[in-house]
Amino acid sequence: MFRYVVGRLLSLVMVLLVVSVIVFSIMHAVPGGPFDESKGRLPEAAKENILRKYGLDKPVWQQYLNYMSHAVRFDFGIPYQQPNTTVTALIGKTWLVTVQVGIVTIIVAFSVGITAGIIAANYQNSWIDTLVTFTSTLGVTIPNFVIAMWLILFFAVMQRWLPMGGWGESSCVVGQFLCKDWILPVIAYSLAPMAIIARYTRASIVDVKRADFVRTARAKGVKPRDVMVKHVFRNAQIPMVTVLGAEIPNLITGSIFIESIFRINGLGKFFVTSTLNRDYPMIMATFLLIAALWGLMYMLTDIAYTLIDPRVRLGGRDSSG
Amino acid sequence: MADLPSSLVVTDEHLLESRSFWQDARKRFLRNRLAVFGLSLVVFFVILAVFADVLAPYPYDEAAFDRVLLFPFQNPQHPLGTDEVGRDYLSRLIFGARTSLLISFAVQGIGLLIGVPLGAAAGYLGGRTDFVISRVIEIMTAFPSLLFAILIISVLGGGIPTLILALSLSSWIGIARLTRAQVMTLREQTFITAAHALGMSQQRVISRHLLPNALTPVLIAVSFGIPLTIFAEAGLSFLGLGVNDPVASWGKMVGVSNAYVRVYWHLALFPTIAIALLMLGFSFLGDGLRDALDPQQEE
Repeated sequence: MFRYVVGRLLSLVMVLLVVSVIVFSIMHAVPGGPFDESKGRLPEAAKENILRKYGLDKPVWQQYLNYMSHAVRFDFGIPYQQPNTTVTALIGKTWLVTVQVGIVTIIVAFSVGITAGIIAANYQNSWIDTLVTFTSTLGVTIPNFVIAMWLILFFAVMQRWLPMGGWGESSCVVGQFLCKDWILPVIAYSLAPMAIIARYTRASIVDVKRADFVRTARAKGVKPRDVMVKHVFRNAQIPMVTVLGAEIPNLITGSIFIESIFRINGLGKFFVTSTLNRDYPMIMATFLLIAALWGLMYMLTDIAYTLIDPRVRLGGRDSSG
Repeated sequence: MADLPSSLVVTDEHLLESRSFWQDARKRFLRNRLAVFGLSLVVFFVILAVFADVLAPYPYDEAAFDRVLLFPFQNPQHPLGTDEVGRDYLSRLIFGARTSLLISFAVQGIGLLIGVPLGAAAGYLGGRTDFVISRVIEIMTAFPSLLFAILIISVLGGGIPTLILALSLSSWIGIARLTRAQVMTLREQTFITAAHALGMSQQRVISRHLLPNALTPVLIAVSFGIPLTIFAEAGLSFLGLGVNDPVASWGKMVGVSNAYVRVYWHLALFPTIAIALLMLGFSFLGDGLRDALDPQQEE
């Protein structure tokens, strides 16, 4: 187990190094930087000073090494857009909002999705099942910004029941939490994962219900409720963890579209403005952060498998897990 | 003999009735009502895209500053109204189908051209080739593909060619991985060994047995990849990182309309409906293709 985790972490570090080299070279391969002349001319001396201050006068490989030696200490430099703060602070601030959106969405998506999946599986081929299947097809297929726009058109423009955008700004229950402006973004954002979760839950429960050990449990007189809770759900968890692992990094790193359409000042929206301004330190840091999160999440999912299902062995030969 | 019911008599007609895999697949597909509905939606949008110049009442970039922001049905000459610079909205919606389909077909086509040979080489040759290709795939998977596309576009600027490039950089990965896995498992299967044992030539084994079996899942993957690309194009254009003005793109139309949506609801409603219908069409079509081409999975 220990050896497996160390191995996975090492390969994650390797991937992050390659990712950083690729992103760094792409950004430096083209002419035009944050201080090019398109936004007004600078005196030669001033330009040289600025380039020297940010280390942009050195060769690219030196800039890269310089950057990485700081990055390992969580110092990602100073954003060009807001020189009076640091990249780490700025990402921390915007990411906090994104994580809030993500967590609320995860709670809603999982509670509604799992419930819908269980109901659909228990009333297989009834109208409830059809309704859940149909709704989840729509949820998976239609892009979240399209659904967001429809919600805005109906609930904010036609009916004026809910605000068009923002996060934590209007009629909150507690401080800046549980606000009216949370409702639309969370619905729009949670529909797709909710649909996937409902589908997987339904499919895995239907699968497990047919298994021999469930029939045995029934045959020996286990109460129907206990069959469901102790035999069916426990085993149906395995495929659900796959979805969890795949969806959580997505949701935590934020939907750029949801944040843009609802004007939420999170990491996703900030990433777009950073790329538009060619803010290298911000782009690099965001990219590394997201790649690291993805890698970590996939690793945790694989470990979670073994905890839920002892039949799964990590890394093939290693059976000490 | 004469006493037997006719249904039990085996005539030549019955013996001749052997159907190929593709005939079977077509039959299964046509029986699936949702799949046929999806196919007709896709065909409808393809026709719009191909014949946009003939079908659209106005050119996509013809602006009339005296007819700005008309509501639908307000002016009989512009049945779906006009946008913020007075361009006919119906015409822009029709041309939007062209942008959407052009980019998604191009991206998936490039994905096939790169992914199938690389995946097949990795799966068939194994060894060092497989090692190198697999590592490249692994590293590319670590990139969140949409963010990577945004990065490329921010460096190279918007426009259809850049969009195709940026989205193609990740579209081949899934296809390569799938082809590799397919070829690797098929190579070991008994029916391939049997074909060799029967004296079939290597070339015939590859063309008759290996490729058709390996490519069916790839074809299905592409049919699901197309709506993903449509989503990516619409999303990037929605953020202002996609196609440039005056090219019509549904995503861009939604993004621009965001500022006017309080009053001019139609600017947001029509393009979102178009995106949703096209994506539904492709995903029903993909589901239908999967069920038709891979009958084992239906169980």
